[in-house]
Amino acid sequence: MDWWFFLEVFVGGLLSGVMYSLVALGFVLIFKASGVFNFAQGAMVLFAALTFVRLLEMGIPMLAAVGITMVIMVILAIAIERIVLRPLVNQDLIILFMATIGLNYFIEGMAQLVWDSKVHVLDLGIDEYDAFEIGEAFINKFDVYAALIAGGLVLVLSLFFRYTVIGRALRAVADDHQAALSVGIPLRTIWIYVWSTAGLVALVAGAVWGSKLGVQFAISSVALKAIPVLIIGGFTSIPGAILGGLIVGCGEKLAEVYLGGFVGGAIENWFPYMLALLVLMIRPEGIFGEKIIERV
Amino acid sequence: MSNQNLVSQSEVIMNLKDINLSFGGLKALSEVNLQIKKGEILAIIGPNGAGKSSMLNIISGIYVPQKGVVEWKGKIRKKIAPHNIARMGIARTFQNIALFKGMSALENILTGRNILMKRNLIMEMIYMGLGRRQEEKHRKKAEEIIDFLEIQAIRKTPVSRLPYGLQKRVELGRALALEPELLLLDEPMAGMNVEEKEDMCRFILDVNEQFGTTIVLIEHDMGVVMDISDRVAVLDYGIKIADGTPDEVRSEQKVIDAYLGAG
Repeated sequence: MDWWFFLEVFVGGLLSGVMYSLVALGFVLIFKASGVFNFAQGAMVLFAALTFVRLLEMGIPMLAAVGITMVIMVILAIAIERIVLRPLVNQDLIILFMATIGLNYFIEGMAQLVWDSKVHVLDLGIDEYDAFEIGEAFINKFDVYAALIAGGLVLVLSLFFRYTVIGRALRAVADDHQAALSVGIPLRTIWIYVWSTAGLVALVAGAVWGSKLGVQFAISSVALKAIPVLIIGGFTSIPGAILGGLIVGCGEKLAEVYLGGFVGGAIENWFPYMLALLVLMIRPEGIFGEKIIERV
Repeated sequence: MSNQNLVSQSEVIMNLKDINLSFGGLKALSEVNLQIKKGEILAIIGPNGAGKSSMLNIISGIYVPQKGVVEWKGKIRKKIAPHNIARMGIARTFQNIALFKGMSALENILTGRNILMKRNLIMEMIYMGLGRRQEEKHRKKAEEIIDFLEIQAIRKTPVSRLPYGLQKRVELGRALALEPELLLLDEPMAGMNVEEKEDMCRFILDVNEQFGTTIVLIEHDMGVVMDISDRVAVLDYGIKIADGTPDEVRSEQKVIDAYLGAG
């Protein structure tokens, strides 16, 4: 066995896994705070990436474009709270879930109506094909930078949740709505924060994915890759989203290279789901998920 | 009962007049009048389904009566958003413990100070010093409450790992962190053993005495109620059938009937 090649595949898998983690993170944030599985997260990634790339094409400098996109994502969050969540407050979670499906199509359509549906090239100034050489293994530079960006984002988010007043209020709402209200935490404001944060994560994910694949409609379907990640890592855990992403990324690349030959290849596409199924059978709440204890 | 004489002359901080509340066709409360006096411990008792919880939810502003007036410190109170109740100086605990499970006891109590904290994200993130100073101030207050409730040993423990009695105590701590004028306790002793009940009674009396907090509580354990309350209001089928000192209420025929199921 060629160990350098193994290392190359392994690290490559880890790095692409980080990209899955980025998308999964957006889901976890909203699920944690409101128990809603936000089906529209993929559409938000597409919308953020499209907005960002079109602003760049208009000749706006990159930092300003990031800022403007972020402002637009916050406005989107406020609109979602006002128009979708507020009228549905206290409804069953399945109803909120259905609403996010509608939201998904609305945002996808709006993104393409406001901008357009062509494939856009997004250049973040990193050469996509450049690689680091470690021994005899080649590690893609772009993937390394993407991983660093994701890592930084996760660090900032954890500090925010852990140490700020708003972060603590967010965790309070995630734990118990009634109790959060009783100490004076307004749920609506918190939802706007959560959806804005999910919007920021969508922007980062969109920028990274967009510069790899080109900004196009297909980006919204990377959200599907987040589902096995969430099942493996647990829906309520930020570290779980990271670890789940790494497992999925690594697993699918290694499986493709080392098992693909035996079953005719292309197992990269279904392997994560099989992995997720396995986890579901052994530990239904995911590796880091909150243990489900039913009292009788 | 220590400050009973003081209480009887003191001002009314909440005046509930002719309260009517129904859910669809089901009448939960009818024509209930109740006054809450500053500094007293008022117990609301009654058999199951008598409307005690409904009454507490009206006091806390979660329910708005279909008919009747709620006066808070002499002013008529209109419908308020649930998260603004805390700002009026009203704190509460819940019948089924509602703690923030993912947090430690200390963090739960700190979160209780939410409305007293300034939230400026950018200041907190950039000038960590300023954020830290605020945190330290509130932390100090939280530690005082922890000392008061004698839960020093478990301050860093995630509350989900605490036994039931201690969880109830942390919940009381979180409500106290708000520095409320009016404290509402929904069955503070339900499911406790005798020792835990005695501790809880002592804390309720101490809160009332040391901080001057007005306390309204719902409780099933008659012994406890008679021991710690300055005044007892009895509800039965949504109607107030008695209101007075524990001794007065105990000898009231209507109350005896309600509890023994006669009449």
